[in-house]
Amino acid sequence: MGEALVITSGKGGVGKTTSSANIGTALALQGKRVCLVDTDIGLRNLDVIMGLENRIIYDLVDVAGGKCKIHQALVKDKRFDDKLYLLPAAQSSDKSAVSPEQMKKIVNDLKQEFDYIIIDCPAGIEQGFQNAIAGADRAIVVTTPEVSAVRDADRIIGLLEKETIEPPKLLINRIRTSMVKKGEMLDVDEVTNILAIELIGIVADDEGVIKAANIGEPIVMNPNSKASIAYRNIARRILGESVPLQQLEEQEGGMLSRLKRFFGARA
Amino acid sequence: MGRRQNVTIKGTKEGLLLHLNDTCAFSDLVKEIEEKLFSHANVLKDSQVVSVRVHTGNRLLTSEQEDILKEVINPKKNLYIASIDSNVILKEEADRMKRESEVTVVSKIVRSGQILKVDGDLLLVGDVNPGGKVMAGGNIFILGKLQGTAHAGCYGNEEAVICAGTMTPMQLRIAGFIDRTPDRTEPANESECAYIQNNRLMIDRLLVLRKVRPNLNRFLEGGLSNG
Repeated sequence: MGEALVITSGKGGVGKTTSSANIGTALALQGKRVCLVDTDIGLRNLDVIMGLENRIIYDLVDVAGGKCKIHQALVKDKRFDDKLYLLPAAQSSDKSAVSPEQMKKIVNDLKQEFDYIIIDCPAGIEQGFQNAIAGADRAIVVTTPEVSAVRDADRIIGLLEKETIEPPKLLINRIRTSMVKKGEMLDVDEVTNILAIELIGIVADDEGVIKAANIGEPIVMNPNSKASIAYRNIARRILGESVPLQQLEEQEGGMLSRLKRFFGARA
Repeated sequence: MGRRQNVTIKGTKEGLLLHLNDTCAFSDLVKEIEEKLFSHANVLKDSQVVSVRVHTGNRLLTSEQEDILKEVINPKKNLYIASIDSNVILKEEADRMKRESEVTVVSKIVRSGQILKVDGDLLLVGDVNPGGKVMAGGNIFILGKLQGTAHAGCYGNEEAVICAGTMTPMQLRIAGFIDRTPDRTEPANESECAYIQNNRLMIDRLLVLRKVRPNLNRFLEGGLSNG
């Protein structure tokens, strides 16, 4: 019996879909059987980021409406053997095409077969959100260190606290160390002080993420990038390991100061 | 003198005091008041305006009955009703008064979009996040950070106060007064309180409350032991 994990945020554009794709892929890399579920009906993206767009035959709405069996709709990611599947959202319907009860049933069916169900939640707090959290056991709230994103995350946490799921965990995405240092961006402590929930990971702002998304290959598959390591750490924390938080020192700055120190010592 | 008097009139320094019998019919009361006041009409003619306080004993007047009384007494020259008192109140009102005098203790974080409302005093063991709102008919005491909106005395009690461990609210409201807190240059690092004085919303250290709101103390002097 697997576990369903919803990735949500309230605000749009903070990296829910990217985080879903990467956490799911990282869990598959750890040898778990993972199914990604895109619940953003009408504005699906997860298939694009995973590079599986051209292989979709049936979608979530077809499964909910009984047009096909759940197995027919699952898209297998061939890069991961038999470990990673995607249940895509429909692009031509809207959020009301699926009900929370139907979602619950679909997620429960998937839980029989997979270790982890990663549910990518749409932005907002309307029916799409209600659908996405309907079958979830745990939740990860994604935010960026911006006041507006933190405000929306706070709202979402309030709504999640009313549901019968475990207390949500926090993922702070797209941190720019240089701006934090200058005091122009909220730092991790400021965000966790307001939201007061457990932190599951921090991800630095990384251009590689956009590049990777454009070629349909999640960044975790590149083992050297900072964001990749961050997402792998998050996956390990989901599996129950205790992994210390990544140091967010900026590489160039680090090199430069090291050089300066080197010359300073000589002079 | 066959019948008992239903209305007794007493003259006091402040004006007239009308004691109404609480066992007879209301219509009899009105009739008798009219008679008695008419019989004194000559006396009242050239005096100053006299205030009348009405006491209804164990009778509770409906608002219609109060209106009738006001009509009977007001058109008479130089008379006006200062107050209508009674020994009894409605059960609803009693419940409301009880709720309004209670302190509700809540331990949670009031997050963005959430509204926490109580009829009496609120003691919040936790924070109010930006976008969150707490409302109380009475006072609000917040042990954590107040970063959202707080509305004390939301039924109109201007005596209500707001206290917070860290007072950095988006907005403060007490009864009908609304204030945006001034942008402060240094962070607040001690507990503060907000109250209304001279029609202005003031924010100050907790200690001043003892002077400006002495009624905040609920227990008697004997409750405080210095031994």
